[in-house]
Amino acid sequence: MRTERRLRQPRWLLVAVPACSLVFAFFASGVVLLATGHDALSSYRLIFDAAFLNSGALGQTLIAATPLAFTGLAAAAAFRMRLFNIGGEGQLYVGAITAAAAGLYLGGKGGPSAFAIAAMVAAGCAGGAVWGLIPGILRAFFKTNEIITSLMLNYVAAYLLTYLIFNTQSYWRETKGFNATVFPTGKTLPDSALWPGATIHLRGGIVLPLGAGIAVLVAVLLWALYSRTRFGLEAQVLGDSPRAARYAGIRTRRKILAVMAISGAIAGLGGASQVGDFRHTLDADPNGLQKQYYGYTGIVVAALARYNPFAVVLVAFLVGGLQNAGNTLQGADFPSGLVGVMQGIILFSALGGELLVRYRVRFGRAAESAIPPATEPAA
Amino acid sequence: MQTTEEERRGADGAPPPPAVAMRGITKRFPGVVANERVDFEAAAGEVHALLGENGAGKSTLSNILTGLYRPDDGEIFVDGRQVHFHAPRDALEAGISMVHQHFRLVEPFTVAENVVLGDHRGEGRTFRLRHRAIELRVAGLSARYGLAVDPRARIWQLSLGEQQRVEILKALYREARILILDEPTAVLTPQEAEVLFGTMRGMAAEGRTVIFISHKLHEVKAVADRVTVLRGGRSLATVPAAEATPRSLAALMVGRELGGGGETRARAPGDVVLQLDGVWTQGDRGDAAVRGASLVVRSGEIVAVGGVAGNGQRELAETIAGMRAPSKGSVRIGTRLLRGGDPRAAIAAGIAYVPEDRLGTGVAPSLSIASNLVLKSYRGPSASRGPFLRLGRIRANAVELIRRYRIAAPGPAAPARLLSGGNLQKVVLAREFSGQPRLLLAASPTRGLDVGAIETVHAYVRDAAAEGVAVLLISEDLDEILTLADRIAVMYEGAIVGETTRAEASVEELGLLMAGGQDPRAD
Repeated sequence: MRTERRLRQPRWLLVAVPACSLVFAFFASGVVLLATGHDALSSYRLIFDAAFLNSGALGQTLIAATPLAFTGLAAAAAFRMRLFNIGGEGQLYVGAITAAAAGLYLGGKGGPSAFAIAAMVAAGCAGGAVWGLIPGILRAFFKTNEIITSLMLNYVAAYLLTYLIFNTQSYWRETKGFNATVFPTGKTLPDSALWPGATIHLRGGIVLPLGAGIAVLVAVLLWALYSRTRFGLEAQVLGDSPRAARYAGIRTRRKILAVMAISGAIAGLGGASQVGDFRHTLDADPNGLQKQYYGYTGIVVAALARYNPFAVVLVAFLVGGLQNAGNTLQGADFPSGLVGVMQGIILFSALGGELLVRYRVRFGRAAESAIPPATEPAA
Repeated sequence: MQTTEEERRGADGAPPPPAVAMRGITKRFPGVVANERVDFEAAAGEVHALLGENGAGKSTLSNILTGLYRPDDGEIFVDGRQVHFHAPRDALEAGISMVHQHFRLVEPFTVAENVVLGDHRGEGRTFRLRHRAIELRVAGLSARYGLAVDPRARIWQLSLGEQQRVEILKALYREARILILDEPTAVLTPQEAEVLFGTMRGMAAEGRTVIFISHKLHEVKAVADRVTVLRGGRSLATVPAAEATPRSLAALMVGRELGGGGETRARAPGDVVLQLDGVWTQGDRGDAAVRGASLVVRSGEIVAVGGVAGNGQRELAETIAGMRAPSKGSVRIGTRLLRGGDPRAAIAAGIAYVPEDRLGTGVAPSLSIASNLVLKSYRGPSASRGPFLRLGRIRANAVELIRRYRIAAPGPAAPARLLSGGNLQKVVLAREFSGQPRLLLAASPTRGLDVGAIETVHAYVRDAAAEGVAVLLISEDLDEILTLADRIAVMYEGAIVGETTRAEASVEELGLLMAGGQDPRAD
């Protein structure tokens, strides 16, 4: 048995293979569920209900999905150009820090709420972009591997976050009140800096957070950027073949910087949304924001979506649902690790399926040359 | 094996069977016949040169002899016995080893480790490597053959010349009786080459057969006993090196009638479009690949730069196209100095460039044909408005060019990598011509194309010149050069060693210049 590259990728494969991968994943997960003493079908039913159907479930799913949409889009924006920005996690933290600063500062001034929120969005973008530009500059000017540098900067960002709340009397830290003396926390945002959500009166009320709307908008913008603009064409050429890009007179370094900044900005927006939509404070709790690994899960989301912005939003919603179900169902009867196992199996089969789109598997002995020798007797 | 010089050259008695004999070897690849009824014979104790241009079939023949390919037809004999090689290992066991142009060495391993790697007799067979014993044996071999290299050094620490010695040691360690060296001097300095020739003669003196693949005439003259010349996949002649002159070898190697194909154009060339003055450029390895090249191309004129691949032509083309910055000298378009190392400046100056590497440089493989057709013009109003692409126009442009250039494509949206070589080249040409260039720079524009596609490309190049475009054609194919060019310059080791008009060109002289045979008029 051996694999060979496909010259053409039939269109039907692009649909059939992911679908089969998903079916296979559910089958394999079913084996795990059975082995741990659960009824597979009723477990799936339980997960589906907890993710999407139960009262309030959809709202919780949206809360889980929104940051994944941002980090997924951030990864897609860079990976599409073969810039492997693994730093979504750190860029999200820095975006949260800058957005919290903007919210705390402007929200307290008593200006219009929209102004404070817009400033938070801009600050989140800027913070993430700066953090993404660091590996970008290193890559563009010193040919440093951006995978390593962006990954390492995640730790730097995490320590910065912890430092701002735990180790210093910073602007972000709550210093007044009884609670502040018991356990260090961030200042709570003033009301005018809180992001509004649209409430849909359905199944016990679903709150559509502002961040979710922004994520969809970003997906549309990203799609337009890559498929409708000169910038997108240049980025595609560079991602496909750096030599061809140089040949076409594309300014390679600037493109690398721009793409890393855009990717970082989107992840930073995810951080701003965490502060404005959900947490309302700069959350440095070891079991809080830092325990969610939104940046890393976002890479998985982007890979499953094949870096298509619209697919990223959809996949983020599904993965968010799965995570939400895991949180809701976790208990003695349904260990929290089980959902993680399922996620892993889904990812594995999706990536395995990807291989089948690009390669075909052949059985039997390899032919010796493209044209069989004329003298060889017919077998 | 034990034959001495006298016995081998002895006039009387039955001659011993040749160490290697290949008879009627034919090997076809899709679309090309790489070897056609090739006969080749080499005796024990001789250095036998295999001479030919690029694509003459030298590599295919040696790959067949080392068991990498199986011939479609023909027989191979080693020491008079017929052999059938099913895999490289069979050839190794028959005592045939090859030193490839690109070395097969494990960089982090030591010299001694590389030498025993893959050997399944003696030291290589034991589970635990006895480093001392192996190192001693390798040191012994290297002293005996003058192959100075430290057995404990790691490969990545060695120069290319030293790595080559390791490859030869590998073959000697395996007691190869027939050793093939594929263009071994390409990576050597002249002094290193001299040392290598000494080693080759030493090995031959012991009764081994050394097959030396080359296209440099003076080297062949210097080291070989006999020469077999290949051209266009056929073996032409085997001659004793002592009786051959560089001129006769060049004629055999290139061997074709002058004239024929190209019609002469009476029109006089116009203004100077491209002017190179003493251009020096660094190659990828940091050495000087172009050494002081000066050249003028006028409007409406086709100037060809000929030469064997790897003599600086690619770097020269890339310098003119702005993909490499010259370290010395200047490139002018018209009277204006071209900014070095800036492809966009070159495009703006009206230089159209058909690169040697079509897929990967000339086009972005995964992008659509339509996108590739605007790869150089997307900044202009025909393809974009402000930051936005005009997708309708880009598509219409693609449909129009696909029709006009008869590009066989599934459609404008299909990725470029699906196209065949000829159609890919049409995409590049269509794009480059649609920019209405002043200078067309074409590097090996017909390499790998079939006859029909070659004709098409030639016709486009002629049309461009007829419209007043200055054409600089860089090619290793003398046929092509003689068909198209008005003037011919030859590059050898980074310098332009001769320039002539087509009317005055003789194949022998061009061949001699290409092979580094100094001034042809001198002998």
